[in-house]
Amino acid sequence: MPLTKYFFNRIWASIFVLFGVSVLIFLIARAIPGDPARMALGPRASTEMVEQLRERLHLNDSIPVQYYHFLRGVTEGDLGMSLYTKRPVVQDLAEYFPATFELVFFAGLIMVIVGIPLGILSARHQDRLTDNVARIIALLGVVTPTFVWAIFFMLIFAYVFDILPVMGRLGETVEPPPHITGMYVFDSILAGQWHTCKDALLHMIMPAAALALSGLGQAARLTRTNMLESFGRPYTEMARAYNFTEVQTSMKYALRPAMIPTLTILGLDFAVMLGNAFLVEEVFAWGGLAQYCVSAIFYKDLNGIVGTVLVISMFFLLVNMVIDLVVAYLNPRIRLG
Amino acid sequence: MPTNFFKTRNWYRFSRNPLSITGAVIVIVVVFLAVFAPYVTPYPDHSGAALDFANMNNPPDSKNFFGTDGMGRDVFTRVIYGYRVSLLLGIVVLSLAVPIGVGLGLIAGYYGGRVEIVLMRITDVFLAIPALVLAMAIMGFLEPTLINAMLAVSVMWWPWTTRLVYNLTRSIKTEDYVVASKVVGASDSHIILFEILPNCLPTILTKMTLDMGFVILVAASLSFLGLGVQPPTPDLASMVADGSQYLPDQWWLSVFPGIAILIVVLGFNLLGDGLRDMLDVEM
Amino acid sequence: MPSPLLQMRGLHLKFDLFEGRSHVLNGVDLSIKKGERVAIVGESGCGKSTAIRAILGLLRGRNVHLSGSILFGGNELIDNKSRKLWGDIRGRRISMIFQDPTAALNPVFTVKDQMTNVIIRGGKVRSRKAALNIARDALKRVAIADPDRILNTYPFQLSGGLAQRVMITMALINRPELVLADEPGSALDVTVQEQTLHLMSDLTQEDGAAVLIITHNLGVVREFAQRVYVMYAGSIVEEAGVEELFNNPAHPYTRALIDAVPKLTGGDLPKTIEGVVPDYTNPPTGCRFHTRCSFAQDACREDQHMTDLGHGHRVACVLHNNINRLSVK
Repeated sequence: MPLTKYFFNRIWASIFVLFGVSVLIFLIARAIPGDPARMALGPRASTEMVEQLRERLHLNDSIPVQYYHFLRGVTEGDLGMSLYTKRPVVQDLAEYFPATFELVFFAGLIMVIVGIPLGILSARHQDRLTDNVARIIALLGVVTPTFVWAIFFMLIFAYVFDILPVMGRLGETVEPPPHITGMYVFDSILAGQWHTCKDALLHMIMPAAALALSGLGQAARLTRTNMLESFGRPYTEMARAYNFTEVQTSMKYALRPAMIPTLTILGLDFAVMLGNAFLVEEVFAWGGLAQYCVSAIFYKDLNGIVGTVLVISMFFLLVNMVIDLVVAYLNPRIRLG
Repeated sequence: MPTNFFKTRNWYRFSRNPLSITGAVIVIVVVFLAVFAPYVTPYPDHSGAALDFANMNNPPDSKNFFGTDGMGRDVFTRVIYGYRVSLLLGIVVLSLAVPIGVGLGLIAGYYGGRVEIVLMRITDVFLAIPALVLAMAIMGFLEPTLINAMLAVSVMWWPWTTRLVYNLTRSIKTEDYVVASKVVGASDSHIILFEILPNCLPTILTKMTLDMGFVILVAASLSFLGLGVQPPTPDLASMVADGSQYLPDQWWLSVFPGIAILIVVLGFNLLGDGLRDMLDVEM
Repeated sequence: MPSPLLQMRGLHLKFDLFEGRSHVLNGVDLSIKKGERVAIVGESGCGKSTAIRAILGLLRGRNVHLSGSILFGGNELIDNKSRKLWGDIRGRRISMIFQDPTAALNPVFTVKDQMTNVIIRGGKVRSRKAALNIARDALKRVAIADPDRILNTYPFQLSGGLAQRVMITMALINRPELVLADEPGSALDVTVQEQTLHLMSDLTQEDGAAVLIITHNLGVVREFAQRVYVMYAGSIVEEAGVEELFNNPAHPYTRALIDAVPKLTGGDLPKTIEGVVPDYTNPPTGCRFHTRCSFAQDACREDQHMTDLGHGHRVACVLHNNINRLSVK
């Protein structure tokens, strides 16, 4: 069946890209001047200690051999020790990733359920007031740095009006829910702790909204462009010639073909959102991967940095595979070969 | 042929849209302010590590439009000097990344085959790491300086240009005029440089204008995380980051530099959109 | 005399463009009787497509200015805002066959989905199941042996000919009184185009539907139409019955069109018409053809009116019935 084949192709391509990412990040980490062992141990460590660590980290081997050891570690789920937390990197990632995932999940949700309808609205009222207002919102979303949104929101909703909590994932007096997924909103629902869930959601509003805005703007612009393209096609004219209602014409006959290119590009732009998540986490002291990665960078913690990049790329590729599936569902040409 | 640009169809398309004009005006004003910063700012010496105890943390007033910071420096002056840094960074990054991206895109698109597979897979790898995260990682292994920030952003920027030019080249390659010059025996390099490249230029120009804004945005994000330009160099994003510690009382420290970034990115974006409509390119 | 099914009077259409206001339709008069097969013929870009799109109110946008009158069954269609009237007309009483069937069928929905929606829109049945039965029967009518297979495909899986038959089926399925055909099949190869025409001709005659076909191909006109309007640069320059038009073309433009057709019997090479369709933002005054006409004279710069030559043959030309006497050879 073509769909299965298509999907396997996508999986293979993704695995290949992930492999490439590991090579790239490994090369960057090793190509940079400086001795990782010396950096790890600090200037006062003895030469013997440094030499021992070099031996243990395979740093005396050639780059390909080093990469072999690294890759073998990765396949066994071992990304080495973090010099920053002194724990296995995998353990760190498992701890910090859920917070980032939760944030990106809600931001992605906002982006799709606000951005796409905004784009449709824009296209249906092309060059009229609604369109211009929607386009300005989308444009401001795209051009404003995410951290600026974050700070504006914080200033307005936390300081001036004091209706939302300033930072963090939970209030100080609120106990985190039992650890199941590591995502507070879902864990508190699973545990039936509604009060905690409400608090987690309240903490989520500003960070998720700030993170969503850039993607939302992009989604609205892409949807608008592709809807207008779709409106200009003969099939839309034909739908009008058969007097399907304006809603049916645009929401069914024009929207579905327009969603195919929109979603494909949004998938690629998802990388931007992942990057911006790091900024939002910084502003709101979110305690996710960003905080971990930034600390790792200041500690010259190579393993921590490499691990973070790999996890983020994997996440990006997985999301794109999901999008590919949705696109295949929408586009019979892919589905049926 | 000396035609008056302001009477051409291109100009009509551009000028019909007030947003494009707004973009052009913003860009021109920002560039002007940045270039003539020493003459248009009230306190040029505040661009560096100046100290003025008497005027610390003043809110905006007629003397300091954007207030003063914790060292008594005029925020307005520093914002204008910040534009210098942003524009310089944008120009350097694009002059590094665009030629590489265009070159690789042309080669991959024109020759196809194994060259194409290798180059485009490498591009895919770069595109699978969020730009900001890759730049962060690179900065993690380097010292945080302006030059290194430029390098880091350039390293993650070229793949986008490569992909764009690659797609363009592939479609132009099959056009009749290219096929025709092949038939009459034109060399590959001639075809690439004189047939294909000129037809990519409008798109590349538009992309560069839009990217100027986005490079500034990404570089700002890097600085915001403390991985870019270091003090006392006036950098807009660092100013936002530093100022955010004094929210909400000294709001002007982060709000004005934040708006300043927004405005310059907006300017390049509107100008780029205007160019896209005018040159009729699809991206 | 019964009132015509469709009557177009003084239809003017202007588009606002960069170059200025483009005057695309310059007072088109046209009428179609019940069950009649009428053709509009003219070069590409002469406004044929726009004229029939105006009938269904498909010309949208703020830069479009339409004036004049289009009466269908006693209802004025220009500036009609009544949803009820459009609902009664579009796809029910008037339907349209588009030029390129593969582009006009929606790429991401099955034929079944698109056809049943059109049938339900037609209002004769409500349930999808009943609509499906109608769709099946209708496809059999266009010589599709296994309708269920076709119904479950997507347009890209159909050949151009099959897609064309599906589109004709959709156009006729609600038994419209008038079918508008925009260069049907001209996006397909010649044999398929031929089949399309025959099919359309047979089915509309069975149903007693009137057809307004637009084409640049005189062969199609001769084969299919009973009456012809010749259109040049947004105006009707001649109208006549098919035989009359081919035997006694009165307008120099019509003559030129006929001379431009290659003949199977050999002889002289077909003559091409010099020049191109004029710029609509700055069209020639008077007869818009005079810039390309070999009989042009000063009087051509004045507006021309239709002159009745008898037997429904009308022409807008200063020469009117003198043309045959002039040395054309």
